[in-house]
Amino acid sequence: MAVCIAVIAKENYPLYIRSVPTQGELKFHYTVHTSLDVVEEKISGVGKALADQRELYLGLLYPTEDYKVYGYVTNSKVKFVIVVDSSNASLRDNEIRSMFRKLHNSFTDVMCNPFYNPGDPIQSKSVFFCAHTLSIFYVTIH
Amino acid sequence: MADDALFEFLHMEIVSHVYKEHATREDIDRERVTCVSTLEAMGFRVGQGLIERFTKDSPSFKDDLDVMKFLCKDFWSTVFKKQIDNLRTNHQGTYVLQDNKFSLLTQFSSGKQYLEEAPKYLAFSCGMIRGALSNLGLEGVVTAEVSVMPSCKFQVVIQKL
Repeated sequence: MAVCIAVIAKENYPLYIRSVPTQGELKFHYTVHTSLDVVEEKISGVGKALADQRELYLGLLYPTEDYKVYGYVTNSKVKFVIVVDSSNASLRDNEIRSMFRKLHNSFTDVMCNPFYNPGDPIQSKSVFFCAHTLSIFYVTIH
Repeated sequence: MADDALFEFLHMEIVSHVYKEHATREDIDRERVTCVSTLEAMGFRVGQGLIERFTKDSPSFKDDLDVMKFLCKDFWSTVFKKQIDNLRTNHQGTYVLQDNKFSLLTQFSSGKQYLEEAPKYLAFSCGMIRGALSNLGLEGVVTAEVSVMPSCKFQVVIQKL
């Protein structure tokens, strides 16, 4: 189960951060911020190493003692970061991928909303985004 | 399907609406510039949204040329139901995209008639290309020229920082 979801813009400022335990939110902001370095490294590193297929899903960025952090970058250089709790039975890779897929789909819908200006923080009133991120928080393993 | 016709009619109406709105101004030149920039700005936002949707599943692009090829093939065929006929580049950041039968211009004429009206109808598409490139990380300037309808050339100059 995800404990924190963040959407970070191309210029590396957050468009949307939500975490489930609402106390200690600052800790998640900090975790997401530090994971940005790892994301940057992966984006620039892969380009030089392999000239062929570059995937959008970046995989496990780094594990801390309590949490694991996963990353995903879109073609428009918007980054998604999901922090999951290490304590529960580890989620399989394709479940994390499907969470990112759902997040990407709802982000695309927000982008196509004519009332949304790209670069503005995503207001939680936008129906799609709120509903989908909540569903990601409460995804069950089976 | 009737999709293409719907967009073509809507586009014609958008252009005439924008020009009617600004018709009260005295100065012809300023009016034209305002209208063209309004249309271009509309196209820009549309281009950004479209790119977000189209590149959802495709892998990252290797370099600028890859981005331009995507624009010419996949993007153009999804929006205008055909590909760009000719792409030329000087490898220094300038690209010329030539479309020999641009769908928004086919209804005007097949020659030189109404040539002076053509730029109005290209502003939206220029904006769309600029928006698409901007969302893929390439800032640039897009201009269009028409010499013989319905063929037109879009010139893209990518600004390298």
